[in-house]
Amino acid sequence: MIEPGDDGRFGEFGGRFVPEALMPACLELEAAFRAAWADPAFREEYDQVLREYAGRPSPVTECHRLSEQLGVRVLLKREDLNHTGSHKINNVLGQALLTRRMGKPRVIAETGAGQHGVATATAAALFGLDCVVYMGAIDVERQALNVFRMRLLGAEVVPVDSGSRTLKDAVNEAMRDWVASVETTHYCLGSVMGPHPYPWLVRELQSVIGAEAREQCHALLGGADPDVVVACVGGGSNAAGIFAGFVDTGAELVGVEPAGGAAIGRGVPGVVHGMRSYLLQDEYGQVAEAHSISAGLDYPGVGPEHAHLATIGRARYEAVTDAEVLDAFQLLARTEGIICALESAHALAWVAREPSLRGRTVLVNLSGRGDKDVAEVERLLR
Amino acid sequence: MTGVRTDHGALEAHLRARRAEGRKLLVPYVTAGLDDRWLETLAAVAAAGADAVEIGIPFSDPVMDGPTIQEASARALANGATPPGVLAELGRAGLDVGVPLVVMTYYNLAFRAGHHRFASSLAEAGIAGAILPDLPLEESEGWESAAAAAGIEPVLLAAPVTPDGRLRRICERSRGFVYAVSRMGITGERASVAESAGVLVRRIRALTDTPVLVGFGVSTPQHAVEVCSARGAGADGVIVASALLRRLLDGGGPDDAATFVATLRDAIDTEAD
Ligand SMILES: Cc1ncc(COP(=O)(O)O)c(C=O)c1O
Repeated sequence: MIEPGDDGRFGEFGGRFVPEALMPACLELEAAFRAAWADPAFREEYDQVLREYAGRPSPVTECHRLSEQLGVRVLLKREDLNHTGSHKINNVLGQALLTRRMGKPRVIAETGAGQHGVATATAAALFGLDCVVYMGAIDVERQALNVFRMRLLGAEVVPVDSGSRTLKDAVNEAMRDWVASVETTHYCLGSVMGPHPYPWLVRELQSVIGAEAREQCHALLGGADPDVVVACVGGGSNAAGIFAGFVDTGAELVGVEPAGGAAIGRGVPGVVHGMRSYLLQDEYGQVAEAHSISAGLDYPGVGPEHAHLATIGRARYEAVTDAEVLDAFQLLARTEGIICALESAHALAWVAREPSLRGRTVLVNLSGRGDKDVAEVERLLR
Repeated sequence: MTGVRTDHGALEAHLRARRAEGRKLLVPYVTAGLDDRWLETLAAVAAAGADAVEIGIPFSDPVMDGPTIQEASARALANGATPPGVLAELGRAGLDVGVPLVVMTYYNLAFRAGHHRFASSLAEAGIAGAILPDLPLEESEGWESAAAAAGIEPVLLAAPVTPDGRLRRICERSRGFVYAVSRMGITGERASVAESAGVLVRRIRALTDTPVLVGFGVSTPQHAVEVCSARGAGADGVIVASALLRRLLDGGGPDDAATFVATLRDAIDTEAD
């Protein structure tokens, strides 16, 4: 992956488009993370909490029945088995340790599906931090289980009623909180998006997925890499994490966006939430609303490093429809006994659809488990 | 002081001249396209004693704004307001309100249109300056030069947490005035003026003689007096947005807006020292 320069750019994307009030905090965070990431004691503590609390390493599972049915050798990186049920915990535990190191007593977060909110609330409970989570009012309804989990964990959940009342607006509201509270509060951003240093910082914290997966694949495949590595893309953190392990191999990298929120597929460059990246917007620059069956991918932008990887052709980005996602969700449940998150089912939906994969070995990042989605899927299938 | 510039644009020259008369500067804010009388409101607040008027071009994701400006922006967008649309309305109306107009909006509208195209569309509509609160120093050079080429003065913002080195660069590069953000937070009505406002104004004064205007949370005539008085924050003037928009959102018209601005004018003329 790419080391952004002082200006926080990945090629032409990224940067720090934040109000002056937040610039000192962005610079402070970058310096604090650089120092922590180079500090063996911090790395050891982070590794330890990933092992002993989050349950890492997560396994790679070979899918025998699914592979047979599709004619594709499918391997799953099982981020669904992490504590709290998704890859989000990797990022959050790192940022919580960093928050403590910076001496801030409070964290805030945005959440879509609620997985990042649950992970942040969990880390806040573990480290004794105050926690407020902003969540679009629509998502509060469709992810009710996660709202209750966050409250059980001691976090305050604030429903956001502005704009499209989904993830984009939750980010706006978290930024509004942060402008007023930055001296005591760390904004625990949940994906590889936002102003520098977040896209880089979150990718570094998620790169454990790719590092483990590469070794696990080598063991399974007699030292070889998979032919294709696939992950769903909302902001792009689980994809960035697994891509990080394979970007310097010959593996094809494929990110899968929802058809109704395909920022790379259908967007044009724009600036929102502190970054320049691909963005769904109208001809005047008003940000468009994304529409997806999965709250976690219902976002009109995408992390800047993905915009760059797409531009230079190192990764490609495909889109799948809600109907394809529902089919893939059920296919995995019936063939492998795994109920995955609707977000993760996007990656599988593309694998199930794509004819060029026949006979090849594909590693799919199964970013989360589906408990949170079961009620919604039941409603949709009725 | 950072050296004395004499190449002041129309906005800055106007504000300096008014300040030289011993007058405190009052800048009300109106959301473009809020309703079908927004141009009348603009003219009415200008006539009621404004020294410049800020025009908010609505953006879908106003992260620096509190509930009032968010609501006004959402309402204007729902009414179909677009940047070229409201600028064309303004240009067609050919209003001569007698004071400079300054646009406040978010950077993506300028980025999407292209810096040069956006800056010239402002100039063609008779706008003198522009404030883009999500465009910090590090990212704004391209915009600043495009603005300068079109005769638009780019106004930069300073925050209470801005360290000295950055503040110096902001003061050097800001044109028209320096926008001092009164407190850490977003726009919206407040019960009182933060102490951070006065501290920031004094730090800016030590670096430049460009006019310093305070905005964010200035809600009442008493606040305006406090911000403009030497015994208070000691600023050259105030920007009043949410308190004015609240009156319009609650059903007030151009006359109500003018009455409120006249009250602010009267208070700072008679009580600020
Ligand atoms: C299980 C799961 N996968 C993926 C995502 C999308 O985020 P990202 O693209 O950052 O991995 C989410 C977000 O909520 C999620 O909960």
